Amino acid sequence: MKNEKRMKRIATYVFLILVSFIFFFPFYFLIVSITNPSIDITRGDLLPGSHLIENFRTMIETTPIGLSIWNSALVSVGQTIISIFVSSLAGYGFEVHPSRGKEVVYNIILLSMMIPFAALMVPLFRLFGTISGIVPALGIDTLFGVVLPYVSTAFLVFFFRQNTKMFPKELIEAGRIDGLSELGIFVKIFIPTMKTTYAAAGIVTFMNSWNNYLWPLIVLQSPSNYTVPLVISAMGSGYTIDYGSVMIAIFITTIPTAVIFFVLQKYFVQGMVGSIK
Amino acid sequence: MTEMTEEIKKTKKGKLERNRIWMSWTFVLIPTLFIITFYFYPMIQAFWISLHTGTGVNLDFTGLDNYRRLFNDQAFITAVTNTFIFFIFQIPLMIILALFFSVLLNQKTLHFKGIFRTLVFLPAITSLVAYSLIFRYLFSNDGVVNQALMFMNLIDAPIFWLGDPFWAKVLIIIAITWRWTGYNMIFYLSALQNIDPGIYEAARIDGASAVQQFFRITIPMLRPVILFTSITSTIGTLQLFDEPMNLTGGGPGNATTTISQYIYNLSFEYTPNFGYAAAVSYSIVVFVLILSAIQFRVGRERK
Repeated sequence: MKNEKRMKRIATYVFLILVSFIFFFPFYFLIVSITNPSIDITRGDLLPGSHLIENFRTMIETTPIGLSIWNSALVSVGQTIISIFVSSLAGYGFEVHPSRGKEVVYNIILLSMMIPFAALMVPLFRLFGTISGIVPALGIDTLFGVVLPYVSTAFLVFFFRQNTKMFPKELIEAGRIDGLSELGIFVKIFIPTMKTTYAAAGIVTFMNSWNNYLWPLIVLQSPSNYTVPLVISAMGSGYTIDYGSVMIAIFITTIPTAVIFFVLQKYFVQGMVGSIK
Repeated sequence: MTEMTEEIKKTKKGKLERNRIWMSWTFVLIPTLFIITFYFYPMIQAFWISLHTGTGVNLDFTGLDNYRRLFNDQAFITAVTNTFIFFIFQIPLMIILALFFSVLLNQKTLHFKGIFRTLVFLPAITSLVAYSLIFRYLFSNDGVVNQALMFMNLIDAPIFWLGDPFWAKVLIIIAITWRWTGYNMIFYLSALQNIDPGIYEAARIDGASAVQQFFRITIPMLRPVILFTSITSTIGTLQLFDEPMNLTGGGPGNATTTISQYIYNLSFEYTPNFGYAAAVSYSIVVFVLILSAIQFRVGRERK
């Protein structure tokens, strides 16, 4: 009986190690590949080589990767700040000042969750064509155009409303007695109190924005405006592909999300799971 | 005199209250305006466009012709079939794996839990484009995976993962499962931690085996979370785009082309036919609504 239990234990660990190996293997392949020349990567070389600096140089010289990292940073940071501010304002408004009319509006917002982005791409592209005609700086082929559809999303409004339920309402009264305006209460009391909620929402929004591919692919046209996923996709699908520089580009542009994940793991999980509790 | 101050107080308070109501509506209406502009308005517009035919901006009103055309369009039928193959095989596979891992990794006495969890979750931080490319290289004809399979004597000749219609589909399913299993596992793990351990205690005393505990306690307790993850996965799969685009290019032929990719091709790759593309777009909305409704039904009924 005891022996059987131990065998089960060992089997569990063997299984878990095997599973971990499979899940980690593509990362290992990525890390090794950044040091190997193109030809070895296609042959599936699994040992580190000495081509790291050369791969890096090829990447810098032949692709606009540096510029795309800057574009992606602008888009992701901008989108994160704007959308969590606007959406949390709404979540707060719905929860702190509830009314029948607002419930109707809230349900309409939630309904937009059922609209898949794939269905939106054509009409949204046409809408941005119109916007381009009126304010070119916000339309097609601009970084603002990448951000605009995400200024407010149903998911974030929902997420902030759910989390506002935990916000102590006494603080609002206290703020009113201190003579703060409604917006003042929101900025000076609500935001600082809900720091962890903001961190969680911010991480999820940043990641989604950093990795977003379809909408930037549609709205951006000049390579100088490309975000990271567009450049990497273009690097990986040309006729002559330099695998080494693709791999190092992937490696470098995964670092931000990896750092966020490892440093802010707690908020990260909260941001993912928090919405369904 | 007292009556007057009372009255002033009242109006003052009324004014303040009115001001608050007005402010709270502003808070709520700013994002609502954005959502209407960028979600609802385009969808209504799309329906209008879908009743038109033509290339580029020269559109003629043709009523429901585009919707009729869907049923005879072989490329559309292939895209729908592919999308549903991914949906039918990939989602159950992933949810079962995620459930299994989460139960394994929730055992109190297990060592190195944190490391195992992190490793299984790690794929979720990668961008879809990036991991698709890595998989393309891993699964190339003389790539690592074929070499490993041949080394283990599981196959005699390399599998043409990217060139064979069947294996290309398998590859997409493998790739998506790798990317999203850990992501779903996190939802199950956090739900498992909310289950009172006393329930399992009682089951053990009653002589329930581990398998029985899994099916009689864990699954029913996780039902709402499983429902949530299966609906989000469904919406994700029906919109599948990044992977076929970067991993298989939709090929070979149209073997892995999805509905999203077909919409993209109709609008931006071929001569733009926005009217027909809008009609195809509506098919995704219809599929999402039907499948979510079914899952909602199934997920709730057995409670």
